[in-house]
Amino acid sequence: MCCNHKKSDLALLEDVLDKYASVEGSLITILQKAQEIYGYLPTDVLYHIAEKTGKTPARVMGVATFYTQFRFKPVGKYLILLCQGTACHVNGSERIADAIYEAIGIRDGETTEDGLFTLTHVACLGCCSLSPVMMINDDTYGSLTPSKVKEILTSLKEEA
Amino acid sequence: MIRIAVGQGSCGIAAGAGKVYSALKELLTDVKEVSLGVTGCIGMCFLEPIVDIYEGEKLHRLVRVTASDAEKIAEAVKTGDFSLVSTLEIEKEDAAFLEKQTRIALRNCGIIDPTDINSYIEKGGYSAIKSVLEGKTPEDVIEIIKTSGLAGRGGAGFPTWFKWNAARNSGGEKKYLICNADEGDPGAFMDRAVIESDPHTLLEGMLIGAYAIGADEAVIYVRAEYPLAIVRLEEAIRQATEKGYAGENILGSGFTCNFRIKAGAGAFVCGEETALIESLEGERGMPRLKPPFPAQAGYWLKPSNINNVETFANVAWIINNGGEAFAAMGTEDSKGTKVFALTGKIKRGGLVEIPMGKTLRDVIFDIGGGIKNDAEFKAVQMGGPSGGCIPAEILDTVIDYKKLGATGAIMGSGGMVVMDTSTCMVGMAKFFLDFTAKESCGKCVHCRIGTKRMQEILTRIVGGEGREGDIELLEELCLAIKDGALCGLGQTAPNPVLTTIRYFRHEYEAHINEKKCPAHECTELLTFEIDPEKCRGCTLCAKKCPVSAITGETKKAHVIDGEKCIKCGQCKTLCKFGAIKVN
Repeated sequence: MCCNHKKSDLALLEDVLDKYASVEGSLITILQKAQEIYGYLPTDVLYHIAEKTGKTPARVMGVATFYTQFRFKPVGKYLILLCQGTACHVNGSERIADAIYEAIGIRDGETTEDGLFTLTHVACLGCCSLSPVMMINDDTYGSLTPSKVKEILTSLKEEA
Repeated sequence: MIRIAVGQGSCGIAAGAGKVYSALKELLTDVKEVSLGVTGCIGMCFLEPIVDIYEGEKLHRLVRVTASDAEKIAEAVKTGDFSLVSTLEIEKEDAAFLEKQTRIALRNCGIIDPTDINSYIEKGGYSAIKSVLEGKTPEDVIEIIKTSGLAGRGGAGFPTWFKWNAARNSGGEKKYLICNADEGDPGAFMDRAVIESDPHTLLEGMLIGAYAIGADEAVIYVRAEYPLAIVRLEEAIRQATEKGYAGENILGSGFTCNFRIKAGAGAFVCGEETALIESLEGERGMPRLKPPFPAQAGYWLKPSNINNVETFANVAWIINNGGEAFAAMGTEDSKGTKVFALTGKIKRGGLVEIPMGKTLRDVIFDIGGGIKNDAEFKAVQMGGPSGGCIPAEILDTVIDYKKLGATGAIMGSGGMVVMDTSTCMVGMAKFFLDFTAKESCGKCVHCRIGTKRMQEILTRIVGGEGREGDIELLEELCLAIKDGALCGLGQTAPNPVLTTIRYFRHEYEAHINEKKCPAHECTELLTFEIDPEKCRGCTLCAKKCPVSAITGETKKAHVIDGEKCIKCGQCKTLCKFGAIKVN
């Protein structure tokens, strides 16, 4: 946790901590709100949360790394969540992952150099009838084919 | 008065229902005598987006609607001439998908407006909690649930009344009622559909449960991947509290129940009840040793009762119609109905609720219409990573907790993923082990190391490096993990492997002994060749091959260099003459 020297604006988190820091059992909620604010969980923010909740940094880090929702690096402007559910698997989600790689050159967990796209593989999104499925920010795209994926990514690139 | 409802569950919206709704809204805002509203998911996902138009009692159900159809629809509504949209009306065969079902848990889904409590009340909503508070003791309620035979719909199938009774009989003033909406099984989405489409049914079931066990606080643990479900629940709780159905002194009875939503943060193991409790307390979601059971010492070590969404969704119906009515459906061991999420290579995919006792064949072929593109059925995967693959030979298995358990699969939460002959069963087992190995919390050795070793062996087999004795080694590991793992995740993780070995042993053998994948799915084991008889020398494949492995002169048969080929399969997809042979 020592290598990230970026300074985050901790004041942004003040309201959240005022409300939850002393409420037993709220650590996950605090981390979720922090991620909403910063887009990810910067190291200094994690230390700050530990201090304010009276927990050790190791404990806070332990909880944060347990859950897949939490990220420790900034994400791109477009966060692509590629569904890895059973129905998507049966209907070819692997080919979609390859198509994304061909289009923008990133694999699971990576971000494009221009900071535009981040790809994360996720467990089932629950839109199985539309499989294979991906979500980009808040929009869901279903019945994907490799060429459809490339079209979507290209148009997002042009928009940006 | 004409009422229009656009189905807007998550999948409807993903299919474009939001755009249809906006387009209709624009065209119909100034039109009196037409109300445009929202409804949830009716479960016919294969027909989304769906627009229901109620002309008095008559229903016009329009399917696969796009925004460009909006003008036609608006015109039809204004003029009353529905022949304008006749091409969009649902076909008889598709409508039968719903007609063949018996809906209890899903009774209001896709019919009422989930964002308006009055829509639920008009359908008899909150009458069950009213009748309970007006004249039934908690013991009466537990007795009714016992008569109904309702069992946990989340997977384990444990009798609901027994859990309620245990929590009721635990000492102490403070108790909690918890709803497990951490629907993590890949391939299951019925809980999401219930919450998005009929959130008050869940709240009412929980109120009755809270009353029965003596809890004054109810928590709903929802997965983070379901943002719309959380929004609809928040709104439902707000409206229910405003109307006096939730919160302090409900309906003047003195009974209090405050609701709270907790968003999960993405961990499959949190579907296990003690791991869920740890997560609710803000910790790593790692299971606790049992006993003590949650009914004795659960959330904050207080007596707690945890049920699944679908279980709660049945409760109000049971109170209104009596335990006997529910028990009249189903088999000797399994009562009532069960919701299945039918997906994969199926013609008509979606949510299917049927009485227990029907067969798997009824669901897949009669209701689901059989396999997509009329391919050959190979297996159906039930119960997600805890379940197994059921082959064609035993498709007449009756849907019942015990009978399904005997096949090696489980009822589970109701995911039913249908596969045709293009799916490799060893690959399927590997897919699930990749999942459980990743999701194992690491607390117990059997699950942490065991799933990892199984994953390695399976990876080796699909990669063409399987060894003699691998099948036996897998079986040995499976049994050890089943015996040794601490929680349900580990204990059931071997099921996908055991069932595929049991029913598809020949596929394992083909991979290991002959280095062949019968389903032509494991790329490492494939070789691509060009049939010189069929190849016309169009050069398309040679131009598109990403590694330039294909050579040949124009109008003459081409050749693939096996050394260079990366088996991406593009040439096969491209070839118009079917000249690419895969072995």
